[in-house]
Amino acid sequence: MLARLDTRSRAAAQGWSDLAIRNAFIIPTIAFLIIFNVFPLIYSLGYSFTDFRASVSEPARFVGLRNYRELLSDPNVWRNFTVTAKYVIVSVTGQVVVGFGLAMLLNRTFPMKGFVTTLLLLPMMMSMAVVGLFWKLLYDPSWGPINYALGLGSFDWLSNPNHALYAVAITDIWMWAPFVMLLSLAGLSAVPQHLYEAAAIDRASGWYSFTRITLPLVAPILLIAIIFRTMEAFKTFDLAYIMSGQPTTETISIRLYKMAFQEWQTGRSSALAYIVLIVVVAITNIYVKYLNKVKER
Amino acid sequence: MANIGLRGIEKYFGANYVIRQLNLEIADGEFVVLLGPSGCGKTTTLRAIAGLEEIDSGLITIDERPVQDLPPGERDIAFVFQLFALYPHLTAFENIAFPLRATGETRAEIERKVKDVAASLRIEPLLAKRPSALSGGDLQRVAIGRALVRRPKALLMDEPIGALDAKLREDMRAELKRLHIENGTTSVYVTHDQVEAMSLADRVAVMNDGVLQQVGTPSEVYLHPVNLFVAQFVGSPVMNIVPAEIRPDGAETAVAIGGGPAFAFPGELAARLGAALPAGHELVVGVRPEAVRVAREAAPGLRPVEAHFIEPLGAYDIVDLKVGERLIKARTPSGFVRRPGEAVWARLDVPQVHFFDATSGDVLKLEPAHG
Repeated sequence: MLARLDTRSRAAAQGWSDLAIRNAFIIPTIAFLIIFNVFPLIYSLGYSFTDFRASVSEPARFVGLRNYRELLSDPNVWRNFTVTAKYVIVSVTGQVVVGFGLAMLLNRTFPMKGFVTTLLLLPMMMSMAVVGLFWKLLYDPSWGPINYALGLGSFDWLSNPNHALYAVAITDIWMWAPFVMLLSLAGLSAVPQHLYEAAAIDRASGWYSFTRITLPLVAPILLIAIIFRTMEAFKTFDLAYIMSGQPTTETISIRLYKMAFQEWQTGRSSALAYIVLIVVVAITNIYVKYLNKVKER
Repeated sequence: MANIGLRGIEKYFGANYVIRQLNLEIADGEFVVLLGPSGCGKTTTLRAIAGLEEIDSGLITIDERPVQDLPPGERDIAFVFQLFALYPHLTAFENIAFPLRATGETRAEIERKVKDVAASLRIEPLLAKRPSALSGGDLQRVAIGRALVRRPKALLMDEPIGALDAKLREDMRAELKRLHIENGTTSVYVTHDQVEAMSLADRVAVMNDGVLQQVGTPSEVYLHPVNLFVAQFVGSPVMNIVPAEIRPDGAETAVAIGGGPAFAFPGELAARLGAALPAGHELVVGVRPEAVRVAREAAPGLRPVEAHFIEPLGAYDIVDLKVGERLIKARTPSGFVRRPGEAVWARLDVPQVHFFDATSGDVLKLEPAHG
């Protein structure tokens, strides 16, 4: 009897039923989700069919699908999407290559491994805005340390419209490759060592065992990293906004921000937000489908 | 196929040795089992042959070619791991095909070779399945298929059936034996299970504490153990080891166990033991349960003993006999001794009794020629 009392939680001892405890956890979460996610989602869906402007005190007028029609036929919006797509591809590819490479290097025992790993993780713990401002200094054409270190003279990173997007992507890679590294490291260390021994005996070359053993076995967790990074890169705002004002770095989120809070086209920006949402959900679904296929094996 | 030579192999882990001065020659087509308790260095020895473990000194040859500095892939051996080490994301077919694909064989060749090896292992219906859908025995069949498919010079197996349940182990043992007879591949097999060793091996190499104790055919190792370790490690139930007092008794030699009744041995034994045993060393007698003969009635040469405990094992019983202060296990037909406490008679089968130097652990060689 005494032992039974000891194992019961304090809440239970105070007369809380299991159901009450469950509700105590679930209800605040549900309420929070409804107030901050579900409600704005539905409310903005309504706005997206109106010509509402939050800056004027006129009632919203229903305009049907006009916002969507105009947005989808606006070459500027398409340019924003193209910029964003380019950014996602460059930045996520870079993060995966660098992050996975770092994980391969770290996936062995060496002195101060923990310390080195922690150092490598630092970038992703920093604030986006601070990172953006610092990299702006680092990229400075006349006295920035990057040009000095690479011997590029006065190479123009951020104010040249052709380079700016890549410069921002490089910063994003620097910041988020550690995230891919962390997940890859977990995946790599879960590959049993004896599989590599078996492959060595089977006369597989290093490259062969990398492509036939390492990659397939790390693929599921690597895909999860890619899903996260794609979603993040797709809605990139802060880095690009802080580092460069070029039209060539105007991602869809920046366009959305300008439309909503500079031009005060609340209805139209709601519609654009919905288009972005649908695209992100569609891309994520493709990944998840592929992930499930990979995981089946 | 090839012979394997291990000459003066040493391996240290820090200041401790894992393998010490190991010399072993394995003939072409031979099946050699490395037998010993866990931590005795048998797996390390096997992995050293494969190239998965580096040695500190010594020479390893495969087909008379020194290989100790070659990577595993260049030694042309195959290895079967205890936990199968199948590639979890590949089907059984792809697992078996892996070594062929890795060396770039043609599609048709791969198809043919995998089908052949699958037929000999009787796993054709499983080829499309992934390891997660296979049972333990089938996993090991696939692993063996992957090892055999490229016809390696030697097949190295590290407790390949140790992870299977008892019934399956028995089936797989028979299957491994059949495969070896069919293929004749030089095989080195590591196990701690002496039944596996006895049933599979052409020769058994018993190891303890990094040192090779004895190499011989299963019956040599069983019938003529060179020391107390081998005597007690090989055979089940374990050999009885008891201190004994030896004294000449007229035309015979009396061997008294545990201060109890003395068993009669040939008269010249006392003198031979005296010559073989260094002064000051203790003597122990080793006798396997089947060499303790039990009778229900008195007869010349039999000594009265008391049955203390009976373990019925179906085909036979193991009876603990109280001989003086000692207990000795005897193997009897089942039901022969009816109940504990029964008074019975026993004698030791003289040719099957071993005498050991308790101090050094070595067997005493009693043939006059050997002194």
